Amino acid sequence: MAHMNMVQALNSAMDIMLERDPRVVVLGEDVGYFGGVFRCTDGLQRKYGEQRVLDTPIAEGGIVAAAIGMGVNGLKPVAEIQFADYIYPAFDQIVSELARLRYRTAGEFSAPVTIRTPCGGGIRGGQTHSQSPEGVFTHVCGIKVVMPSNPYDAKGLLISSIEDEDPVVFFEPKRLYNGPFDGDPHKPAVPWSAHAKGAVPEGYYKVSLSKAEIVRPGTDVTVLAYGTMVHVAEAAVRLAGVDAEVIDVRSLAPLDSDTICSSVCKTGRCVIVHEATRYSGFGAELAATVQEECFWHLEAPIARVTGWDTPYPHAFEWEYFPGPARIAAAITSAMEDK
Amino acid sequence: MAQRSRLHVPHPPARPGEKPDFSYVSLSPAGAVARPDTKAPAREVENLGRELVRVLDDEGRAVGPWNPHLEPEELQVALRHMLLTRLFDERMQRMQRQGRISFYMKSTGEEAVSVAQGMALQPGDMLFPSYRNQGLFIVRGRSLVDLMCQCLSNTRDMCRGRQMPIMYHWGAGNIFSISGNLATQFPQAVGWAMAAAIKGEDHIAAAWIGEGASAEADFHHGMAFASVYQAPVILNIVNNQWAISTFQGFAGGERRTFAEYGTGYGIPGVRVDGNDFLAVYGVTRWAAERARQSGGPTLIEHVTYRAGAHSTSDDPSRYRPKEEWTAWPLGDPVARLKQHLIALGEWSDERHAALEKQLEAHVLACWKEAAGFGTLTEGPTLDPATMFEDVFHEMPPHLARQREELKRLAEAQPAKGSAQEKRLDARTAAVAKEG
Repeated sequence: MAHMNMVQALNSAMDIMLERDPRVVVLGEDVGYFGGVFRCTDGLQRKYGEQRVLDTPIAEGGIVAAAIGMGVNGLKPVAEIQFADYIYPAFDQIVSELARLRYRTAGEFSAPVTIRTPCGGGIRGGQTHSQSPEGVFTHVCGIKVVMPSNPYDAKGLLISSIEDEDPVVFFEPKRLYNGPFDGDPHKPAVPWSAHAKGAVPEGYYKVSLSKAEIVRPGTDVTVLAYGTMVHVAEAAVRLAGVDAEVIDVRSLAPLDSDTICSSVCKTGRCVIVHEATRYSGFGAELAATVQEECFWHLEAPIARVTGWDTPYPHAFEWEYFPGPARIAAAITSAMEDK
Repeated sequence: MAQRSRLHVPHPPARPGEKPDFSYVSLSPAGAVARPDTKAPAREVENLGRELVRVLDDEGRAVGPWNPHLEPEELQVALRHMLLTRLFDERMQRMQRQGRISFYMKSTGEEAVSVAQGMALQPGDMLFPSYRNQGLFIVRGRSLVDLMCQCLSNTRDMCRGRQMPIMYHWGAGNIFSISGNLATQFPQAVGWAMAAAIKGEDHIAAAWIGEGASAEADFHHGMAFASVYQAPVILNIVNNQWAISTFQGFAGGERRTFAEYGTGYGIPGVRVDGNDFLAVYGVTRWAAERARQSGGPTLIEHVTYRAGAHSTSDDPSRYRPKEEWTAWPLGDPVARLKQHLIALGEWSDERHAALEKQLEAHVLACWKEAAGFGTLTEGPTLDPATMFEDVFHEMPPHLARQREELKRLAEAQPAKGSAQEKRLDARTAAVAKEG
C-alpha cells in the first residue's frame, strides 16, 4: 500500500492500463511531453512512447472525435479535456456520436472511450475553470458518468472506466487533486497522506462503476454527495451535530439507487448536495428517484444544497460554493420537520 | 516487404538543456516582399502567405514597399504604448506573485502586434481580442486603473467580480469581451463584420487567436463564413511558437505557414514579422483598406515569440530551453522600434531611460489607486448579492429567491472573530476530537 494524492492515483491507473493492455492510448492537450497541466500524465510518454501517449492539437472536438475513431478501430483511448469548462466543442461528438454509436448500429460499432476532465471550483478559476457540468452529461443516454472523491476510488474507478465497453465521462474534482477539502478555504491544506483513502494499492484493482459508498453510517438523515462535496458534507454533519448517513454517490450514471434508497427508507430524511447549479442539476434526478422509491418513508421534504443558478463568479467563489454552513442549515431544517 | 504506417509526432527543435534552433522559421529580407494592390484577387497574392513581410532591417532602417511612412511623433507614441504594455505586464505579474491578484498572462515579446494594429485601425472598428492583446486597450486609451481593477475583481471591476483577471471588455471602446475558451471570438468577429455590411456601414472587425487555437473548429467556421460572404474583417493568427507546452508543429506548422490557411479558403494570407512594428502596421493598413472597399477578409499570421510563460500557472522551463527568447531571430519589438527611432535621430538611450522611469512611476501610481478600490486580501469588496444580476435581463423568481437566501445566510454568518464564531469553532473542534 502506498500513499498517493489523486493526481498520482490517476497516473497510476493509466500507467497500469497502458502496461496491461496494448490497446490503451492516452491523448490530450499537453498530456505528452509536459505530463499534463495538472501533471496527471507525468512520465507516461517517456515510459510508453509517443505512439501511445499523444499530445494533440488544441481542438476538444477533434480529441473526442479522434478517440471515437481509434475506439472503432480497436483501441481503448483515454482522452483528457484540460478543463471540463472546455468540453463543449466536443459536445456534438459525445452526444450525437459517442453515446449512440452502439445503439444506432444495433451493436455493430462502439467506441470504448474514457474522457477524463477536471471539474469544480475553489481554485479562483472564475467561470471558465470552475464548472461542474456532470448534469449535462447524465442527461445523455449511452454514456456513463463518474466522479470520485478520493485517490483510492479515483484509481479503481478509472481502471474500471478504461476496461468498460461503454464510453465514460470521468470528472475529476480538481480541488481534491492534492488533498481532501472540507469547504473551509481559510484552513491550511491537508494532504491525502493524512486521509484513509489516500492509502492506495500500487497494483491493479477496480472500484465498481455502479456502486455508491456509505462513507459515514448514521440513522437520522441521509446526505447524498459526490466529488468535493463528500468532504464538505462530512464537515457539515459534524457542524450540525446529527447522526447522518453520508453517501458518496461516485457513479452518477448508472446510479446505485439500492444503496441510496435503502438509506433514505431507513432515515426518512434526505439532503442532496452538489457544487453544480441547482436548476435541472443532477440533484433533481436524485430527488426524483428518492421520491419515487421512498415516498412512504419520508418524514421531511427532500432538500437540495447546490451552487447558485449563476455562472461561477471569480470574486464570490466562497459565497457561491455550497459550504458546510449552508449544508448544516439544510440538515438541521430537515431534522426539524416531524 | 510493404511499408507500414507510423504516426508522425512533431518534435520542437530544442528541449530544455538543448541549444535553441530557429532554423525552421523562414525569413525574407526586410523590404524584399512586393506590396500588391489592395484590390488584387486572393489567387494573385498567394506568395504573401509564404514570404515574410518586413520593414525594419537589422540596422533599424525602414525599407521597402510596406513602410507606412509614419511621422516620428507617431512612432514615439507607439514606443510609449509598447513600453507601457510591457511595464504594466511586469507589475501585474509581480502582484500575482505577491498574492494580490489570482492569475495573470503577460504579452511580453508580442507588444507590436496589438499596438501596431490598434493604431492602424480606426476607433469605430470592432476588436475581438484573445487573452494576450492588452496592448489594444492601451492604444484605445482605457486607463490602467480600470484594467487593474478588473484583475483585482474589486469594487471598480468592469466585470463586477465575475471574470478571472485579464478577461477585459470595453463597450464604449469597441473592444469585445475576452473569452477564456479558445477561438470563440473568431467567427463572432466575422458575424459582426457581416452585420456592418448588411447595415451598410464602413466599420470593419478584427479578431485575434493564437496559432494553437487555429486547430479549433471555430477558426475554420470563421474562415468559411468570412470567405463565403467576403466579410469586412481582419483575421489574425498570432504565431508565438508555443501553445502552453506544445510548439507550433502541433497546430500543423510543419506542413505550411499559418497564413497559407488563407489559400484554401480563397482568403489572402499575409505572413508578417510580428516583432516589426512598421511591418505589422503596414500590413494591417493594407488589409483594412481592402476590407473597407468590399475586398473582403484578410488572414494575417504574425510571426512572433511568447517570451514569457503561458500564464502565471505555467512553467516553461519544463518544456523549452530557457534562453530561447534571446535566440529568437526577429528580436524584441520594443528594442527594434527604439533602434529605428534612434537611427532617425528622433530618440536616444537617455530619452528612453527617462520614459521608462516615467512609465514605471505611472504604472505604480495606477496600481496604488486601483488597490484602493480593494484587492483579494484587503480593502472594500463588492456586494456578493450582485452575482445574481445580469444572468438574465430581468431576474427570474428563482434567482431572486436565491439572492434572498444568500442575504439571510450572510446575516446569520458570524463576523470574523465574534463570540458566536468562537463558540462555533470550539464546537467544531470538540466534534472533530470525538470523531
